[in-house]
Amino acid sequence: MKSLQDRVSALRPNPIAAAGLSLAPFVAAVALAFVMDAAIGPAVGATWTKILLDVGIAIVLAGSLNVVNGYAGQFSIGHAGFMLVGAYAAAWLTFYGSIHWFDTKDTVGGFMGNGQLLFLAGCLLGGVIASVFGIIVGLPSLRLRGDYLAIVTLGFGEIVRVLGQITARQPKNIAVIQDQSMAALANKLGGAEGFSQIPGYTRLFFVYAFAFILLILIYRLKYSSKGRALLAVRENEIAAEAMGVDTTRAKVVAFVFSAFFAGIGGALYAHQVGAIDPKELGFQKSIDLVIIVVIGGMGSITGIVLGATILVVLPEVFREFSDYRMIVYALALILVMILRPQGIMGVQELWELPLWRKVTAKLSRSQHGGAK
Amino acid sequence: MAQGHREAFALAAWRREVSTAAAPALHADALSLSFGGLKAVSEFTLALPPLGLYGLIGPNGAGKTTVFNLLTGVYRPDAGQVLLDRERIDGKKPSYIARAGMARTFQNIRLFGELSVIDNVRTAAGVRTRSGLLRTLVRSPLHVAEERAITERSLELLDVLGITHRREEQAKSLPYGDMRRLEIARALATEPKVLLLDEPVAGMNTIEKHQMRSLIEELRKKFDVAILLIEHDMGLVMDICEQITVIDHGVTIARGTPKEVQGNPAVIEAYLGVPEDNDPIPRPTEAPHSDDAEAEA
Repeated sequence: MKSLQDRVSALRPNPIAAAGLSLAPFVAAVALAFVMDAAIGPAVGATWTKILLDVGIAIVLAGSLNVVNGYAGQFSIGHAGFMLVGAYAAAWLTFYGSIHWFDTKDTVGGFMGNGQLLFLAGCLLGGVIASVFGIIVGLPSLRLRGDYLAIVTLGFGEIVRVLGQITARQPKNIAVIQDQSMAALANKLGGAEGFSQIPGYTRLFFVYAFAFILLILIYRLKYSSKGRALLAVRENEIAAEAMGVDTTRAKVVAFVFSAFFAGIGGALYAHQVGAIDPKELGFQKSIDLVIIVVIGGMGSITGIVLGATILVVLPEVFREFSDYRMIVYALALILVMILRPQGIMGVQELWELPLWRKVTAKLSRSQHGGAK
Repeated sequence: MAQGHREAFALAAWRREVSTAAAPALHADALSLSFGGLKAVSEFTLALPPLGLYGLIGPNGAGKTTVFNLLTGVYRPDAGQVLLDRERIDGKKPSYIARAGMARTFQNIRLFGELSVIDNVRTAAGVRTRSGLLRTLVRSPLHVAEERAITERSLELLDVLGITHRREEQAKSLPYGDMRRLEIARALATEPKVLLLDEPVAGMNTIEKHQMRSLIEELRKKFDVAILLIEHDMGLVMDICEQITVIDHGVTIARGTPKEVQGNPAVIEAYLGVPEDNDPIPRPTEAPHSDDAEAEA
């Protein structure tokens, strides 16, 4: 039988078509994010814009967590730690950077102006630094599994939180800040008081651009040999190794990829809230994210979107129950776990459900019949 | 002194084997492994020629699967070496060895249960891809071509193994015989030079066994692989294997063609026990006698 590499040259796609298929989803993602920002945001009003921002950030965070917990099957409960790292890195760049280069603490420039470019750079910096931490956490995961790994990741999240709390005070006077270099300011992250007055650059465009791009990337990952290698690690590590999957590498890659987007999610969060309180991004936050993944369905992309939407919107809708809403929220969680322990979507995607297939098949058949 | 003699003897035996079979596909040389004080495998030697079909048999607990685990890197041998196509692979990770060209199936089936049948095969075929994470995420032309090739080849493999009709089913929901077939399809997807089959017909009925037997012979030619087979079904092993190695308690007690092995008294003893006078029930051996024997050794 012909080997894989012998077949490749005959199966190469048309380069122009391939480039189109490669880039089109990204273009569509950015365009859709722009529409959300320009049309949907103003249409739904300030309250719902805020809820939409929360949903989008939750998609970025839970979607990235899903790569480690859902695909690779490594149970991480320290995701907020990566988020915190990304938040600090980005806030350091935008807050001190604005003062150094723009002489102000406020947001600067319009759409894709200097301020927003600085913010974008901050998001990417947050992602990169968080992924360095991803390597650090990924390494112990090579030897540990299950509960033991969970405890390591939990410990990581707590260490990051405590490190954040013991950083130096954040200077707020513009002149004082301009006297110091950016590097010297790197450890002045506010300590237990938190890092405040972060310029509020986060808006629907950025949140949903990152969210959609992440969804495209994890979709591509899931349906590729790299993604299947991760799933194989989850399913049976010994067999995965025996089939040539370097499980060590696969796990580290999963952690790094996941941490990168968690860092971006943290940056988006910090520039939405305007402040970083390390206590807010502790264990509880990590658990909230794990709940989204579990409720949505571990390993399912559509499940994550559903889970993030439901779990962010639900408490808002129940706001009128005031103090009782957390009870309702908890009851909803318990109900889902009793009725669908595998999560709303399980491991399946929307387009893999029998019902969806039936409907689309019927639609295409009726179209076909109509043409006749 | 005795140790030195034994090593010299093993080396001579090894040289003899190398000279008769030019460049074996797989060469295990005096592999030994102990778990604590227990010698699980001692001085296991095997030279499997390209396209050879050899058997590895022995009573339950003889260490056959342990030999497979040594060859594939699950365990690291205490002594000895393994050459796969002249490359030393002992001490390497299982994933490295798989990429170097050795694939295996598992006695206690280890499929990727939640994945579909075709995805099980695709996962293994992914080993031969060259595109990394970045190319995957941007779907570069090379990546697209490789994914197409993976699907094409995986479908052909399912066809050879006769499980195409089950391609979208979850692996864990397959009937037992098809699980074994899928294990073989998945192993072949890694494009091995050497294929290790661990009890491929265990739990199969007569018809299935018959199909599997012709399949195994067909695989060699179709995929250019050398096959090493562990099997308890003596009929199958004696029929298709060119050479058989018999181990008991980790020690190689016989080696040769099926005919030679069948007539070997040590093999009969290992499988059936020592005929002891007219006593049909084996008695416990006299303690003082065995003590003496140990003291002498």
